[in-house]
Amino acid sequence: MIEFDDVSFRYDADTPWILRDITLRIPEGEFTLVVGTTGSGKSTLLRAINGLVPHFTGGEFLGDVRVHGRSTRTTPPRELADVVGYVPQDPMSGFVTDTVEEELAYAMESLGIAPTTMRRRVEETLDLLGLDEVRARPLVSLSGGQRQRVAIGAAMASHPSVLILDEPTSAVDPGAAEEVLASLQRIVHDLGVTVVIAEHRLERVVQYADRVLVIEPGGVREGIPQVMMTDAPIAPPVVELGRLVGWNPLPLTIRDARREAEPLRRVLVGRSSQRPQPPVGIRRATVQGVDAAYGRVPALRGVDIEVHGGQVLAVMGRNGAGKSTLLSLLAGMVSPATGRVRLDGVDPARLEGPELVQHVGLVPQNPTDLLECATVADECRLSDRDARVLAGTTRALLALLAPDVRDDTHPRDLSAGQQVSLVLAIILAARPPLVVLDEPTRGLDYPTKSRLAEHLRDLASQGHAVVIATHDVELVAEVADTVLILADGEVVAHGPTSEVVTSSPMFAPQVTKIMSPGIWLTVADVESALAEERHP
Amino acid sequence: MTATAIAPETVVVGTRHGRWTHPGAWWLWSLFLAVTASRTTNPLFLILLICVLALVVHRRERPGGRTFTFFLRIAALIVVIRVLAQMLLGGAWGDTVIATLPSITLPVWAAGLRLGGPVVLEVILAGFYDGLRLAAIILCIGAANALASPRRLLKSLPSALYEFGVSIVIALTFAPQLVQDIERVRTSRRLRGRATRGPRAFAGAALPVLHSALDQSIELAAAMDARGYGRMGQSHPRERRLVVALIGTALIAGALGLFGLMAAQLPAALSWSLALGALVSVAGALGLASRHRNRTVYRPDPWGRSEWIVVISGALTLVIVVATALSDPSGMNPPTDPPTWPSLPLGALLALVCAACAGYLSASRPEEMA
Repeated sequence: MIEFDDVSFRYDADTPWILRDITLRIPEGEFTLVVGTTGSGKSTLLRAINGLVPHFTGGEFLGDVRVHGRSTRTTPPRELADVVGYVPQDPMSGFVTDTVEEELAYAMESLGIAPTTMRRRVEETLDLLGLDEVRARPLVSLSGGQRQRVAIGAAMASHPSVLILDEPTSAVDPGAAEEVLASLQRIVHDLGVTVVIAEHRLERVVQYADRVLVIEPGGVREGIPQVMMTDAPIAPPVVELGRLVGWNPLPLTIRDARREAEPLRRVLVGRSSQRPQPPVGIRRATVQGVDAAYGRVPALRGVDIEVHGGQVLAVMGRNGAGKSTLLSLLAGMVSPATGRVRLDGVDPARLEGPELVQHVGLVPQNPTDLLECATVADECRLSDRDARVLAGTTRALLALLAPDVRDDTHPRDLSAGQQVSLVLAIILAARPPLVVLDEPTRGLDYPTKSRLAEHLRDLASQGHAVVIATHDVELVAEVADTVLILADGEVVAHGPTSEVVTSSPMFAPQVTKIMSPGIWLTVADVESALAEERHP
Repeated sequence: MTATAIAPETVVVGTRHGRWTHPGAWWLWSLFLAVTASRTTNPLFLILLICVLALVVHRRERPGGRTFTFFLRIAALIVVIRVLAQMLLGGAWGDTVIATLPSITLPVWAAGLRLGGPVVLEVILAGFYDGLRLAAIILCIGAANALASPRRLLKSLPSALYEFGVSIVIALTFAPQLVQDIERVRTSRRLRGRATRGPRAFAGAALPVLHSALDQSIELAAAMDARGYGRMGQSHPRERRLVVALIGTALIAGALGLFGLMAAQLPAALSWSLALGALVSVAGALGLASRHRNRTVYRPDPWGRSEWIVVISGALTLVIVVATALSDPSGMNPPTDPPTWPSLPLGALLALVCAACAGYLSASRPEEMA
């Protein structure tokens, strides 16, 4: 079905190879998961399948990719559109039309499929992906999960035999991610479509895969998931736990792991994750009886919270539950309709310029909005001036957060993880007592994520108050000591992490699910408990 | 007999809850009004025309349109710039001097222009009328944009013209998108403790905004290509070149012809033959290119009574104004030297009512969806 013959690719003669001598075959009807660290070339490999690489990117392309016997050397992406459906990383950026129905029909219109067939297939796709209620809605009004499903539907409505998906669940909440993957699973089983998917959140997809493709600097390796995951460079917690305890074959699902974990649970009975509540520091932020709305749509209703120095608060909830609104309120970007927000006794919405950054720093969802210089060094200098701190402060912070960033790189050429680090360094330069992050782990792999988690814990231990809005339950398990769950603008749960996340399966990390009824949050917790057990 | 009583055409789906009028009808209506605006400098008429546009947009706007206010701002800016330019560079004919600005005469290599000097009412008035006319034309495009998404208009375009249409649509949607991006980047800049107002803030926001706009266009282009946009099928390269050449000719001839007809500065016979030539080459190109194209359209917009009402309302407005201008030239183009208080000819009033009819007699919008 898909054949790579000795494929190498780089953008320029003086940049390193992104793909190097790749030879592989993906048979028909298989669900293939592509695994690799950030910047390892996953997206490039995916885009080479339908010819976007090199037809759209330019660059030096060696070897040959054939899909259905058609070579991408001679066939541009548009002529492959009848066999390959492509779902880009950010669904919104790939939308061509205005409404759901038109978007689903677009590829079929280009392919010249008969209007009656087209009409029927749109209806089928609406049903298959559960989009019937929103069929006439403008695409901009949809939630993240709905958008992702529309993007998948738009790619598959024309019945291509290959479906390529680039991180389809990175921007959606755990519930919506399950919906998206369940729909995908249905397509694979009902229609026998060949699926190639790249995803950072392995915990969500690895159990569905027939085959795993690991991209490493040396080339690619492929095999069945149980074998490949034993030494893949990135792995979900269930696999990490399996590796730690030495389970063989490696369990990939919670169900399999729970069966294997019976003895482990017995050994650790009576113990639990030790996550002492931090001493209550200075009160940094208060939100009292706040209502906020966007136009006529209420975004928050009667929210009361307090954030103290030394605390890491995770705000969770569905897409559109009001997380970002709460963060904007804390950073003074919007004012509440009723109620009040105070940071160290002042109203953040009234603060301007340098005064604001002395009180609160926010890393927005789209960190590149903040970057405006041509090099990392200029960006750091500008930040020192803005924050009125000693020259070199920002650069030193950045060196701590991301040691391998070079001064002369353009900020837009940094990887997603490095961009978050750079913006975080800029925000931290003014040493704001309250640090707020909106979805910081989007597009980050496990190693980068755990480095970020470590830095957030460090910040808290230095007395900063940290608030994170995130869908990432594993990150929450690792860094947060308090969790707040919002639904429809109201607080539905608020308390210590171990209590809140263990009480609902939707927000529970994998280790919790495997080890329950014992209360465990991360693999590291289990590891240290085991070490104590052996050497008391 | 009872079975034939329900003729198919009486079962019109969706009229009870209204329906969207064909985007092509709104674009034609707007183009007719734009041509109408170009034929007059009567400020009362132009201001009332802008009010009619706003009224119709208010009544028949598509959800997510909301771009009309953006065009209003641009229109206001155009009037201000036009008046200022006239004040500085307009010369000094006329007698009603309001004030005198310090003046400089530029050296001969800069055409010996004189900047500043006496500010004359007649000159400013001429600039104001001219600016207003341009603003009204821009607002006609703005109204079309708000009433019918240009993307939907694409669906009705012949498949051979599809690629040309897409480039125009991307250009038309680029500006409103840019405004949203500027807003987002400006609020983000506040997070760095920087000014959010003033020219420096604007300059600082420009780079990230342009960057993301560029990224977005490339992403969009890639997504469209991946979904089969611009598939050529089996047409020969030579045939494709011929199509491009024909369409290029059509564009040039069409633009010249329209210019001649609208500005009335070319001989009428030449203008008409240019326009006709453009039509013929477009038809040829379409015929050639459509032979090998097989784009299909999903649920095409129907063309019915409502569409005819909208188009006729626009066309009638133009006809009335042209007729009024012939019978009463100074009424539609009030003289600025000597300055007189403009009046509104009865015909002009009639034309405005006619244009507004499109907002009342066309099919009403479908009920808001939850």
